[in-house]
Amino acid sequence: MEFFTNKIFLIAATFISFMVAQQLQRRTGVKLLNPILVSMIAMIVLLKSLGIDYDTYKAGGEYIEMWLKPAVVALGVPLYRQLSSIRRQWLLLLLSEIAGCVAGIVSVVLVAKALGASHEIIMSLAPKAVTTPIAMEISSAVGGIPALTAAVVVCTGIFGGMAGFKIVKLTHVSSPIAQGLSIGTAAHAVGTSVAMERSEHYGAFSSLGLTINGLLTAMLTPFILQLID
Amino acid sequence: MIVQFGILFAFVTLGELVVWLTGWPVPSSIIGMILLTTSLKAGVIKLNRVERLSDFLTHNLGFFFVPAGVGLMNCLGIISEQWLPIIAASVVSTVVIIAVTGWTHRLVRKSLTRKKQQNTHLQKI
Repeated sequence: MEFFTNKIFLIAATFISFMVAQQLQRRTGVKLLNPILVSMIAMIVLLKSLGIDYDTYKAGGEYIEMWLKPAVVALGVPLYRQLSSIRRQWLLLLLSEIAGCVAGIVSVVLVAKALGASHEIIMSLAPKAVTTPIAMEISSAVGGIPALTAAVVVCTGIFGGMAGFKIVKLTHVSSPIAQGLSIGTAAHAVGTSVAMERSEHYGAFSSLGLTINGLLTAMLTPFILQLID
Repeated sequence: MIVQFGILFAFVTLGELVVWLTGWPVPSSIIGMILLTTSLKAGVIKLNRVERLSDFLTHNLGFFFVPAGVGLMNCLGIISEQWLPIIAASVVSTVVIIAVTGWTHRLVRKSLTRKKQQNTHLQKI
């Protein structure tokens, strides 16, 4: 069993589980079989059955997770390609972002409270719409559990990525710019990866959404929590 | 390809440096992203020097989230105690964000174009 705690094995297993999950979605065409979700569950099942704890996995997983930073920086490229259309309507984009950011934090806190969540849980949920590094930092700053925040952030992203284009249709958000923007605002980089699959145009506005919402959430969350908590 | 890695990691480092120097509570990757866009715009960095690696990373963004997602196994206890508020609040809020962002965008765009039309109308008079 000792062999399975090997970092290289754990990294290889993550790659292979993701690869298989991607194939599974491609072959079946079922949107619900999101590769991140499937690979995540497969890895948890594998680790549990091999009796490996998360900290051991993390030693290998860190080598994958470290690419998150350069990958977020790389979103500067699609952003650059759309820069002219962003500059033409910066006020419009900024106002939409502020509205979405505030509505998101207020709604998650109010619903969690109404359903009787503990204070710690509410604080962990408040920054759930933004990408993991930002959300975890905010979570620990306001008294949440960063590990729980990270898990909720990933799940929110998966949900937003899977359902995002359905939700914009149901809510009659029709312009591609608004669609990309709102999916990035609600479902950060995971939503953006889905938007990127549709087209670079959606992807660029989605990464704009995740950027502005990331900054706004970092700045506004403590104040909003003070007001409604 | 090495050039692309070098440039991209230089921007990751720049982001870290800015956060370290200023102590801003903003993630370094967001700063790095803004600096990269600005440098491309200013012509300091040529697009084809970062394009290939950037496109690879952004098109496979989801994969890098898997380890954080596996972290869920450490929170199973707390989640099973309060699964309803956690799931309901996240789902409702995600729908709210998409709707509010999209609606505000439409509303503001309409009022802005109306203003523009009025302006051109006045100019004609």
